[in-house]
Amino acid sequence: MKTLINIKDLHASINGKEILKGLNLEVKPGEIHAIMGPNGAGKSTLASVLAGREEYEITEGSVDFDGKDLLELSTEDRAREGLFLAFQYPVEIPGVSNVNFLRTALNEIREYNGQEQISAKDFMALVREKSALVELDSKLASRSVNEGFSGGEKKRNEIFQMAMLQPKLAILDETDSGLDIDALRIVANGVNKLKTPENGAIVITHYQRLLDYIVPDFVHVLYDGKIVKSGPKELALELEEKGYDWIKEELEKAH
Amino acid sequence: MSQTLMNTKLDQFRSKLTPSKVKIDQTLLDHADAYLSGREFPTTRDEFWKYTRLTKISNLEINVNDSIIQSIPEEAIIHPNAQKIVFENGVFRKDLSDDILQVQGVQFSEKGSSSFTFQEDVFYALNCKYSTDAITIDIESKTILKDPIHLILISSGDGSVSMPRIVINAAKFSESEFIVSTHNVNSQNCLSNVVIEADVQENAKLTINKIQNEKSSNFSVFNERVDQALNSCFTINTLTLNGSWIRNNVRVNVNGQNAETHLLGAYVTNENQHVDNHTLIDHLAPNCQSNELYKGVLDGKSTGVFNGKVFVRKDAQKINAFQSNGNVLLSDDATINSKPELEIYADDVKCSHGSTTGQLDEDAVYYLRTRGLSEKSARHLLVTAFIGDVLEKIEDEHVVKYAENALSMRYGWSF
Repeated sequence: MKTLINIKDLHASINGKEILKGLNLEVKPGEIHAIMGPNGAGKSTLASVLAGREEYEITEGSVDFDGKDLLELSTEDRAREGLFLAFQYPVEIPGVSNVNFLRTALNEIREYNGQEQISAKDFMALVREKSALVELDSKLASRSVNEGFSGGEKKRNEIFQMAMLQPKLAILDETDSGLDIDALRIVANGVNKLKTPENGAIVITHYQRLLDYIVPDFVHVLYDGKIVKSGPKELALELEEKGYDWIKEELEKAH
Repeated sequence: MSQTLMNTKLDQFRSKLTPSKVKIDQTLLDHADAYLSGREFPTTRDEFWKYTRLTKISNLEINVNDSIIQSIPEEAIIHPNAQKIVFENGVFRKDLSDDILQVQGVQFSEKGSSSFTFQEDVFYALNCKYSTDAITIDIESKTILKDPIHLILISSGDGSVSMPRIVINAAKFSESEFIVSTHNVNSQNCLSNVVIEADVQENAKLTINKIQNEKSSNFSVFNERVDQALNSCFTINTLTLNGSWIRNNVRVNVNGQNAETHLLGAYVTNENQHVDNHTLIDHLAPNCQSNELYKGVLDGKSTGVFNGKVFVRKDAQKINAFQSNGNVLLSDDATINSKPELEIYADDVKCSHGSTTGQLDEDAVYYLRTRGLSEKSARHLLVTAFIGDVLEKIEDEHVVKYAENALSMRYGWSF
């Protein structure tokens, strides 16, 4: 069976400090993988490196994304190939309307893939359909990107953009942070509705709570730049109960 | 005597100009004469000209060129229904202009006297002494103009010097819009030195939309002087889209209570362009409001100046005055000198001013790129949004469209 993304022995550093120290991960179509781990383990670094943030230096390893060498692609080409990052802290962009930039994005993605531009009518229909999916007020859809949005609205807007762009692989970076239970449910619902047998998701989270709503096929523990433990969804519950010290102790015993 | 006349660069410059045949006040002329005689062009040691050099002006090869244009160039059409008044090289082209007298409630005359006193400024003085032509437009009381009056200022030929004087009297309860735009036809190294004097009387509303869109190596200086009376509303929007060297001096005296003043400006520069906006709002009466927003995007080796002064005089209580200047520098070689100034002598006022200068938000660029936008599109979108903040506040949609088109043609931005 083909893989969506295959990360092998990935090492990445920033300002000379190594954060990822040999990370391996494989995601197949239709799968949801959760990545959990304590603060500073490298979870957000992984998300940034995959999305193409230029501050990070890749020192070793490879990432195959649906047959392409991901690390050779620019940030925008990664998006055009079907990678999507839902930001932990979405950026506010005054004066740039959500729908305006999404139309540009969608059309540039289509152009890259040799498809025709979307008509204004089809685009607006898509906006209506997808904003309903994440219960995002259509007024917010036409407002400036994230400007003056509440924390929950920003996260919903991330999922709305994901719905609009229909990526092959979505990386959700701590999408649950700062969300109350209702917002969490709406965001998770959106993600679940977007799931198909062809696409996949990497859900990065600190807490097990989100995984009650987005049920993962695999749970991985990221610790000190590596995945140190993988297991079925029950692993998340065990982590919630015992904390990360348990993993640390296990690792120390193994040495 | 003639020996001493040629002593200064300004004298040499003046010797190539033709003294005005236009009828303006003798006292104004006397002041201009006295002011100019023996004087030198200001230098960067003068506070008012600290960041703007006049060498290019003083070294200008001046020629007197015949009129060449047969019709109004297409790029000078901004509003489809506007009444057009055309100047070529500062000379009124009656043959190309609409007959403004046909418009109900508008008076038009070819003279340039106004109630303003002499202003101590070289370019203002030159415009008095060497005025190439002058017109006065009166908007009669209670007249509400449906369509704007468009003053089209065209430079043609090489080294032409235009010094038109435009006087606008907006009488009580009148409402009118003027568009003033500069263009050029086969011209380079031309100087436009324009004076616009406007008297906004009680309860009158006057808007001036100024579009500066000269292509090549042309220079312009604009001196706008405005008096505002009780309950009046004055707006001036200065859009600098192109041109090699531009200086705008906007001066508004708010003499009456309950008046509103709005100053908007947008300047987009590249290459070696230089754009200098000096504004002065003088609050002489209480209970007034003024808003000022200027935004600039500077690329290449271009330089910009913003100097916005707000005076609140001793008895001008309950003034709300807001001023803001924002700049984005797109290249390492672009420069902006921004200086907001507040001078407040009253004690019960609400005034604020702010100035920001920076680069485009790189986090925003990255964010947009993660959505599939190319770096170029992302930057265009951010710049467009930055300038769009000014454009969206302009009421005349034809003016906005024109500016958007000009910017999209020059920079590939889409609004």
